[in-house]
Amino acid sequence: MIAMAQYTQNKEELAQQKAKKFNLWLGMIGMFMMFAALSSGFIVYTAGGADRGIKTILPDAFIYSTILIVVSSITMQLAYVAAKKTQFSQQKLLLLATVLLGIGFFIVQVYAWSILTSRGVVFVNTNASQSFIYIFTGMHLAHILAGIIVLVRALVGRVQGISQVNNVFRMDLATLFWHFLGFLWIYIYVFLLLNQ
Amino acid sequence: MSSIASAGTHGLEHHAEHGHHHESFWTKYVFSQDHKMIAKQFLITGIIMAVFALILSILFRLQLAWPDKEFPILEVLLGSKWAEGGRINPEFFLALVTIHGTIMVFFVLTAGLSGTFSNLLIPYQLGARDMASPFMNMLSYWFFLGACVVMVSSFFVESGPASAGWTVYPPLSAVPKAISGSGLGMTLWLVSMVMFIISQVLGGTNYISTILNLRTKGMDLWKMPLTIWAFFLTAIVGLLSFPVLVSAVVLLFFDRSVGTSFYLSDLVIQGQILPNEGGSPILFQHLFWFLGHPEVYIVLMPALGLTSEIISTNSRKPIFGYHAMVYSLVGITVLSFIVWGHHMFVTGMNPFLGGVFMITTLIIAVPSAVKSFNYLATLWRGNIRFTPAMMFAIGMVSFFISGGLTGLYVGNSAIDIHVHDTYFVVAHFHLVMGSASIFGMLAGVYHWYPKMFGRMMDEKLGYLHFWLTFVAAYFVFFPMHFMGIDGVPRRYYAFTEFPFMEKWMSVNVFITWSAIVAGVAQIAFLWNFFSSIRFGKVAPQNPWGANTLEWTTPVKHIHGNWPGEIPTVYRWPYDYSKPGHHEDFIPQNVPFSETMSSNLPHDFEGNPEAERIQREWELANSPQAEKETE
Repeated sequence: MIAMAQYTQNKEELAQQKAKKFNLWLGMIGMFMMFAALSSGFIVYTAGGADRGIKTILPDAFIYSTILIVVSSITMQLAYVAAKKTQFSQQKLLLLATVLLGIGFFIVQVYAWSILTSRGVVFVNTNASQSFIYIFTGMHLAHILAGIIVLVRALVGRVQGISQVNNVFRMDLATLFWHFLGFLWIYIYVFLLLNQ
Repeated sequence: MSSIASAGTHGLEHHAEHGHHHESFWTKYVFSQDHKMIAKQFLITGIIMAVFALILSILFRLQLAWPDKEFPILEVLLGSKWAEGGRINPEFFLALVTIHGTIMVFFVLTAGLSGTFSNLLIPYQLGARDMASPFMNMLSYWFFLGACVVMVSSFFVESGPASAGWTVYPPLSAVPKAISGSGLGMTLWLVSMVMFIISQVLGGTNYISTILNLRTKGMDLWKMPLTIWAFFLTAIVGLLSFPVLVSAVVLLFFDRSVGTSFYLSDLVIQGQILPNEGGSPILFQHLFWFLGHPEVYIVLMPALGLTSEIISTNSRKPIFGYHAMVYSLVGITVLSFIVWGHHMFVTGMNPFLGGVFMITTLIIAVPSAVKSFNYLATLWRGNIRFTPAMMFAIGMVSFFISGGLTGLYVGNSAIDIHVHDTYFVVAHFHLVMGSASIFGMLAGVYHWYPKMFGRMMDEKLGYLHFWLTFVAAYFVFFPMHFMGIDGVPRRYYAFTEFPFMEKWMSVNVFITWSAIVAGVAQIAFLWNFFSSIRFGKVAPQNPWGANTLEWTTPVKHIHGNWPGEIPTVYRWPYDYSKPGHHEDFIPQNVPFSETMSSNLPHDFEGNPEAERIQREWELANSPQAEKETE
């Protein structure tokens, strides 16, 4: 009897978790729409005149940041696998590594801005195509900040010893979101490369 | 068998416990995560914002009707800066129209409408305990409230609220020196809008996810009420279009505060050349209307959904063309994304591109007409009960038709180029999207009030509210068509400077008096709404004899909605007046085995076992069989 009621309750909770994960997917669609809007804005703007366009070679720093974020995606995936296998110390270590790589990515992006600025490709610019570089990377960095908060929350949850079901669930969402941020950066980078 | 029965009772106990959660005042009424409470929070906040926007509109109507007259009371109320000598200041007039539009479109008809009824009805009508993420749902409300507070606070800054129109086109909105409202007020507008969009995305993802994941057993997509279909598609439109406005707003923000040139070029203000070069203000219009046009369907579709449900219930007839209703909503959803250019026919758009936007726009007439005809066909020979909700629903159909017809005119670039930015457009959208959606929303409030507050609203006040508002709304907006055809531009402060507009002064007086009547009529609603919370007649569980699941929940709200198990759904929601049944409605949770006398072959969706059982029952109960047994 009790087992049966427990079973229905668990089923309801599982459905709820599935629905929450679905929320994240939808949220990612929304975020992507924002960058799609920026992309189309960039295309429309740049097509408006010959004096517009990026007109510079993107700094190599973007290559390094790409490497960092790809590696961080790998460590995140490994942390998730460790969480599922209940290897908690490994999970914590890998999560920490991901957070550090994320912060590293952030720093390299800001460094890339300083390179661009030193070349005269500044944000306040009469060629707004160049301003768009900052908008793309800046909006992405805002999302990276949110991603780092999500990672830290998963880490804190593990340190506090939340139940394994919740631990795996948090890790699941955090991993999905972090991969999305990596994918988003690659999309932006390729988009800018194609237009430089 | 016994184990199932006892598991059932155990579930009952379990959820009874749920009902007595430890709830303090703060977790129950303020930081609530319960969808029913959040719905009420959205509704009451929306009503307050609507009253605020209504007062703004009366203020600018006073100015339009009596531009030379002084109203000393205005100086007392608004201060000498905005109403010196009792006359509204021209810049404040622009602020009034801007904030009236912003509040009505976003805060009342988007958040107040979707926020209230999606939150209330999605879990109720689908048979879910709550939303996918109650926490996000709570955040959604608090971001909305924050957005409201920031927007209203812009009335208290020295340079005044945003004044560049609700569409905030740059360069007017981007250059603080251009108009005093483009100073701090505009910044607050942008901050408020970003908070609002966060609220909408948080809410919208929840709606979609709940609809797709948390339907009760038996509730497949084609058994969902049309309300849910409307909320679902509305949320999809919002999720895809609102983030685009964030992008537009971020670029505008940097143009204003940092000095970038996304939208600005070649500007000279007070003899000074601005440094911004090379930007494109048309880019903003593209980004804005990519949200802006879907937005009008975000406003309209929930009203269409609520109306479908109310008209069917109160006609005691199945909705006419259920599938056609769903497909027309889907059609509107898809088309809403490829018509935004019809707002921009006069921006120097390539005429060929204008033609494309014109055709896509006119195609929207098809699903809209399907919906109108289906409403009328549902009413046709129905056993109609004119409850206040039904009156407002029919009023909604009326406005949808009369405002929709002029959509065919303004959708044609050949005509739109002439009536662009005139009162013709004002008349068009205030009827088809303003009045229609407000009436859909009010219909929903009257219909689901017993579910929200457990009490009934007063019917007589409801009828009074309906007739005054209905007639006054037509009196306000219908004459505007003629002004527009004559070329009277919108947003003008006074008609006295132009000889050709002077003949419309008397019409303006008529419109303003109608607007005042409409405004006063809302007191009947407000009194009815707020006093019935305490003093209304206690509502029965299913006051309208409706089929959907929300009426199977207890009148007193409990956490988790249903005590015990969630009901299973067996049939579509529109089994009204089914021949052979002893009542004129069969709720969705009644299995076919309990309604043998009214089952029809297509009810079984080709299930051979069920068809066999039905045939055997019919043979056993046919008149001949009875004779034989005698």
